[in-house]
Amino acid sequence: MSERPTKPPESIQPDDAAKKKETASWRQSLLLPALAVLTGLIIGGIVIVVSGGNPFQAYGALFAGSFGTPSDFFAGLQVYFATGESHDLIRSLYPFTESLVASTPYIFAALSVAIGFRCGLFNIGAEGQVLMGALGSAYVGYSLTGLPAYIHLPLALLGGVAAGGVWGMIPGYLKARFGAHEVVNTMMLNWIAFKLSDWLLNGPMKSGFRPVTPNVLPTAELPRFFADPLRFNWGFVLALLVAWAVYWLLFKTTLGFEIRSVGANPDAAKYSGMNVTRNFVFVLALAGGLAGLAGSAQVLGVDHWVGQGFSAGYGYDAIALALLGKSHPLGVVLSALLFGFLRSGATSMQSMAGIPIDIISIIQGLVVVFVAAPAIIRWIYRINIDTTGDTVLTRGWGR
Amino acid sequence: MNKTNAQFENIAFRRARVRFGLTLLGVGLLIYFLFAVNTQPGVRTTFGLNVSGSNALMIPDLSIPALNVVHGMVALAVFFGTFQLARGIRSTGVLIAVIVATFFIAFLSWAAQDKSFNLVGMLNSSLVRATPIALAALCGVISERSAVINIGIEGIMLVSAQTAVVAATVSGNLYIGLVTAVLTGGLLGAMHAHLVIRFKVDQTVSGVAINIIGAGVTSFVTSRFLSQNIDGLNNSGTFPVIHIPLLSKIPVLGPVLFENNIIVYLTILLVIAMHIMLFYTAWGLRTRAVGEHPKAADTLGVNVYLMRYVNVIIGGMIAGIGGAYFTIGSVGRFNEMMTSGKGFIGMAAMIFGKWNPFGAYTSSMIFGFADSLQVKLQILRVGIPSEFLLMAPYIVTMLVLTGIVGRANPPAADGQPYEKQ
Repeated sequence: MSERPTKPPESIQPDDAAKKKETASWRQSLLLPALAVLTGLIIGGIVIVVSGGNPFQAYGALFAGSFGTPSDFFAGLQVYFATGESHDLIRSLYPFTESLVASTPYIFAALSVAIGFRCGLFNIGAEGQVLMGALGSAYVGYSLTGLPAYIHLPLALLGGVAAGGVWGMIPGYLKARFGAHEVVNTMMLNWIAFKLSDWLLNGPMKSGFRPVTPNVLPTAELPRFFADPLRFNWGFVLALLVAWAVYWLLFKTTLGFEIRSVGANPDAAKYSGMNVTRNFVFVLALAGGLAGLAGSAQVLGVDHWVGQGFSAGYGYDAIALALLGKSHPLGVVLSALLFGFLRSGATSMQSMAGIPIDIISIIQGLVVVFVAAPAIIRWIYRINIDTTGDTVLTRGWGR
Repeated sequence: MNKTNAQFENIAFRRARVRFGLTLLGVGLLIYFLFAVNTQPGVRTTFGLNVSGSNALMIPDLSIPALNVVHGMVALAVFFGTFQLARGIRSTGVLIAVIVATFFIAFLSWAAQDKSFNLVGMLNSSLVRATPIALAALCGVISERSAVINIGIEGIMLVSAQTAVVAATVSGNLYIGLVTAVLTGGLLGAMHAHLVIRFKVDQTVSGVAINIIGAGVTSFVTSRFLSQNIDGLNNSGTFPVIHIPLLSKIPVLGPVLFENNIIVYLTILLVIAMHIMLFYTAWGLRTRAVGEHPKAADTLGVNVYLMRYVNVIIGGMIAGIGGAYFTIGSVGRFNEMMTSGKGFIGMAAMIFGKWNPFGAYTSSMIFGFADSLQVKLQILRVGIPSEFLLMAPYIVTMLVLTGIVGRANPPAADGQPYEKQ
């Protein structure tokens, strides 16, 4: 709406000025998320106080639960040097690796939401796509027998990508063909996915008496790095590779340029000859596939089976993560790590300090608000944050 | 070749005519192959027209020959389809009614053959189940008429459902619970309004944040407080059924419409009130102006921001009543995530209802019908897995959004922040 006045050609030393501006924008782009998280944690602390808990004890337990305690680590190290027994040492790494394990599905799911944002699409259906991906991978993982791991594992991952991708493509197609708003449709598909998985787990995919799938075969499992209590596996590495691939796709290819153009201004993209609707379908299918991988990584790397209540809100958390990471793959990975550590630590916070794990959801929601409303952060901390150039995320009812 | 507007309209009408005609013929075929083939000849279906514990005068139940009725519905669908292809009916409402009616009458005759099916009970439960959806839709109507999209209805309803039951249990008075829910909804509406109007937060993002916080807060409170002290905090009882004198005596209509609790009546009153407010008062005119062309409204001296604040807050209050329905209006206690997507379904009802109060209410009835149908069918033990029946309301929502049944135009400025110049 507001017209930007054309500026006169500025600065005598353009290199220097540009450089200064770039470092400033780097600091700016980190400052806002950091302050948003900090504010979220402070308000979370207030909530804990109001509900009759001790925030220092709670956050202490959270920290210990997510990183482990240094004394355990050094004790383990001592034992290892004295006797060569590595059990205690590995044991002390458990909380840290467990946090990385928890981050893995977040990275995939948040990439899924982020790539949607880049194209101006709001994918709140990651939750259902994660579930479908998990079911797809589990099915390929247990039903195909007699394959070597180097064929079976990729196939199982592909099964997850395909199942999630189809689940993303449906709202993509509906938006492209009919202009149906993807927010409501992806949400509806979440519920349909829950019901479908209830049916599958109680019927065709049931094993034994409980509503769970059979275990995937060892040939379909993502290999683990350490001995048993540690569940740290190749899924995390895969997540980082996929994040890099998404970065490459978005910023180094023509397709990525198209996606970002459509996201920035669909009309301009249309008039420059890009096929906007095809981009919608492609991006939502891709987003579905990425979210599907979150389910795959969890099933093939950690759980090895799918049961009822499998997807513990990954899809909804992913929205917060994508916003926090400014829909940039690097930012997404960092914020996914942050919330992986928070989630993983929250479990021990719940058992040690008696603070329900849901406090993390509250903090997440607050972080979304603060990231989306820099004005609040500006107002609280009395600082100046430059937010020009942020992409518009959504617009109206799909026009 | 420049075609005039009228010509374009004609082409569009002809296309819609052929599409609807073919749809009707398809429905006829569908009924024949799904139901007529599987219906035993000579078997009767009984539709119950009385509800136990009702004030209404008893009337005999309706018993029909199942196969004949199914065949009749096939004939009806084919007749209307041919008529539509040949001549065309201008009103899409009539066409949709024919499609829905023929399909469901055939479906029920087939599903309940040789059994008894309480029709009046189901219609009443449709109305009751439509209530929270309708309230969500009304919340959407009033805020979007002033161009603010509120995706956070689900979260608002969830939080108000909880505050309602806690306030009602602690105070021992259900009306205090209802008022608390309304205030909670208003507060969250104010939060949404403040975020999107004052801070220019993306409207969808703000709504989603409300949903996330709502789910988080309610789960937190449930596991920290409610689960430890169910009787002291989370056991309020529900609003009693109010029998409206005389009217509730009418058979069929009485048990469906005039024997409900206060929230159902309140919803109907709200629909009427909102219609009058929107279309017959200065406030409504200003609201619509703000939603269609905020700049023009501003030029004429309407306070755009104030109108939006007021509308979104009132919308939040209405959603608050919707939240209260879930706890003190139906089961008397709070469960985590008990709104189960009703807020989003309400938004679909709003779109389907073309941003009109009455339209929103009628389309909510369709969702309520789908919802109560799946419950009844589970009781009838039709050979469809219950999970698929549970999907029905969500699938209906998606179908509605495809706009197969006619595209509606949202308020022109819907979803756009307004920048005063």
